[in-house]
Amino acid sequence: MIEFSNYDILRNLLFATQWTILLSLAAFIGGTTVALTLTAMRLTRNPAMQRIVKVYVELFQGTPLLMQMFLCFFGLSMLGYEISAWGAAILSLTFFTSAFLVEIWRGCIDTLPKGQWEASRCLGLSFLQTLRHIILPQAIRVATAPTVGFSVQVIKGTALASVIGFVELTKVGTMLNNATFEPFKIFTLVALIYFMLCYPLSLYSKHLEKKFNVSR
Amino acid sequence: MLYFSDLLQYSDVFLSALKTTVELTVLTTILGVVLGTVCATVRQYGNRAGQRVVSVYVELIRNTPFIVQLFFIFFGLPAIGMMLSPWEASMIALTINLGAYSTEIIRAGLASISKGQIEAAKVLGLNFRQTLTRVIFIPAFEKIYPALTSQCIIVMLGSAVISQISVQDLTYAANLVQSRNFRAFESYLVTALLYLGLSILLRFAFNALGKRLFAYRTSN
Amino acid sequence: MSLVNLHQVHKYYGDHHVLKGIDLDIKAGEVVSIIGKSGSGKSTLLRCINGLEQYQEGGITVDGKEVTTEDIQVRRLALSVGMIFQNFNLFPHMTVGENVMLAPTIVLKKSKAEAEATARAMLEKVGLAEKFDSFPEKLSGGQQQRVAIARALAMSPKVLLCDEITSALDPELVGEVLKVLEQLAKEGITLVLVTHEMNFARDVGSRVVFMHQGKVWEQGDSKTILSNPQTDELKQFMGAVL
Ligand SMILES: Nc1ncnc2c1ncn2[C@@H]1O[C@H](COP(=O)(O)OP(=O)(O)O)[C@@H](O)[C@H]1O
Ligand SMILES: [Mg+2]
Repeated sequence: MIEFSNYDILRNLLFATQWTILLSLAAFIGGTTVALTLTAMRLTRNPAMQRIVKVYVELFQGTPLLMQMFLCFFGLSMLGYEISAWGAAILSLTFFTSAFLVEIWRGCIDTLPKGQWEASRCLGLSFLQTLRHIILPQAIRVATAPTVGFSVQVIKGTALASVIGFVELTKVGTMLNNATFEPFKIFTLVALIYFMLCYPLSLYSKHLEKKFNVSR
Repeated sequence: MLYFSDLLQYSDVFLSALKTTVELTVLTTILGVVLGTVCATVRQYGNRAGQRVVSVYVELIRNTPFIVQLFFIFFGLPAIGMMLSPWEASMIALTINLGAYSTEIIRAGLASISKGQIEAAKVLGLNFRQTLTRVIFIPAFEKIYPALTSQCIIVMLGSAVISQISVQDLTYAANLVQSRNFRAFESYLVTALLYLGLSILLRFAFNALGKRLFAYRTSN
Repeated sequence: MSLVNLHQVHKYYGDHHVLKGIDLDIKAGEVVSIIGKSGSGKSTLLRCINGLEQYQEGGITVDGKEVTTEDIQVRRLALSVGMIFQNFNLFPHMTVGENVMLAPTIVLKKSKAEAEATARAMLEKVGLAEKFDSFPEKLSGGQQQRVAIARALAMSPKVLLCDEITSALDPELVGEVLKVLEQLAKEGITLVLVTHEMNFARDVGSRVVFMHQGKVWEQGDSKTILSNPQTDELKQFMGAVL
């Protein structure tokens, strides 16, 4: 059996943290992109489009992220679509992230007074012009704090990728645990690293929220 | 091709797994909300030290993944002499997790009750406990009820992770079945739908409960 | 020639019959005050004229062209109809100047310099030239409403619709907004305003339209009708307002 010094443990964990960060970034970018598309679909006021978005949100908010990962990983490959753990993790985290972001953003857009749409319309702005010049600039200001706050959920969500065998922070933690039999130390360290990733984002989100509430 | 009929022979497995998930959900929802209520009360009205302790607890839980919390409790605590069965570890982890989130939510509700209400109760001669239970809690909970119940559903869905320490819940059943009949897609799909049904059912139940709890609004 | 014409307009919200056959003809240069109890359909009438609401029967024309709620149509309509709201609806993330310049630049495709010149002129007209770079939240209600007027004027509309534009203001700020309206009336801009300011309706307005239960109940020259109302409903209404 190989001996692991504290230094080895930490080095391995920190190395794995890079993958957690990378996966988080990929999922966040993917999730934002899909959520933007879904938000646009919702804003068209086309009933069919809106129904699609509603079902999408219901489906991915109403089932466990872990189950979505299993379906993407084992399910898709069984159906003949070969997919890596990395691909399955990104795919399912993108579904998860977008389903929550589209709802968060909906709340932000809906808090804008109806008068903003009406005034724009009366000035002759088209739907897209209203969106671009009036609605989005205001909605983005409102949405930044909760979106940053949600990025914490994305980082924590990446931990589930360990279950389908993607080697990130949690997976390396369990592997080190199996090798060293020092679960208390290892999982404390793993938790601390996650905390150091997430807590600054939580604080930043709170700070943004305060700043926004003062400014209005 | 999809073969859902292959799953029929495992309906017993799914049913007993469903029972486990539901039992754990009901139990941890109750315990978690009670824990959250206590912590939120301390956070809002307690002394400095109490507030500090609650803050640390809430931030630690909210900023680490549930699966790591679960592993810490199940694998880590025995190393310092606390042996727990998978079921016990899951129950504790889920309760602590929901407790932290509901602390934040409930505290927001408490903060929304105006000072005037509390002072009025004081003037009427109610002591602190009476003020809490008679004057503060009901309107505070009514305000945050939707947020609180969505969080309970999120925690229920998060409980899928306890399959990883061999609690025989729905996800465990899905893994078991697909390892026997190699029909991964069908097995996971059916399980996902069961979870979906469960979350819809929970939402209905919470709505019905909410109507009863906050009935004072509509009656008289 | 009539600028705004309504012919037997019916409007329903679901089963709720809100406008029950409105006939109204407004000529260029008129200042028409619409009065009536809350819920009588005054706002709905204005919102039908500028295409914010769909009406179910009858016809509305502005400047000879039919009004519908089709997006393209409403945008074309915006070139001839300006609207001022009770609660201003300024764009809070833009300065006063940007609020006024926005539509001329992106709808009329004016150059920035040209739009700015218009914006400054319009703000001058409402007495707020020095607020060009302020944000709306820094202004009083009366000032915000005057910016809203300047914003509408910058599109050089043929008719300006005003829906209770002084109702949300503190009493001491009402005067400054009415003064701007009076100035516009003198310049010959066509105004259609829902208002509770009876003195303004009498002294500045050319015509008063009294709405009751979704109908034009009584209308006529402002001085005559207000000093000598014909129907019991208008008498009662004036008793309540004065
Ligand atoms: N968006 C709407 N949906 C349903 N009913 C409406 C709506 N807007 C107005 N109404 C109803 O139409 C009637 C006329 O309203 P409105 O035109 O706002 O009256 P006024 O401006 O004269 O006070 C009222 O009974 C009101 O309740
Ligand atoms: Mg009105």
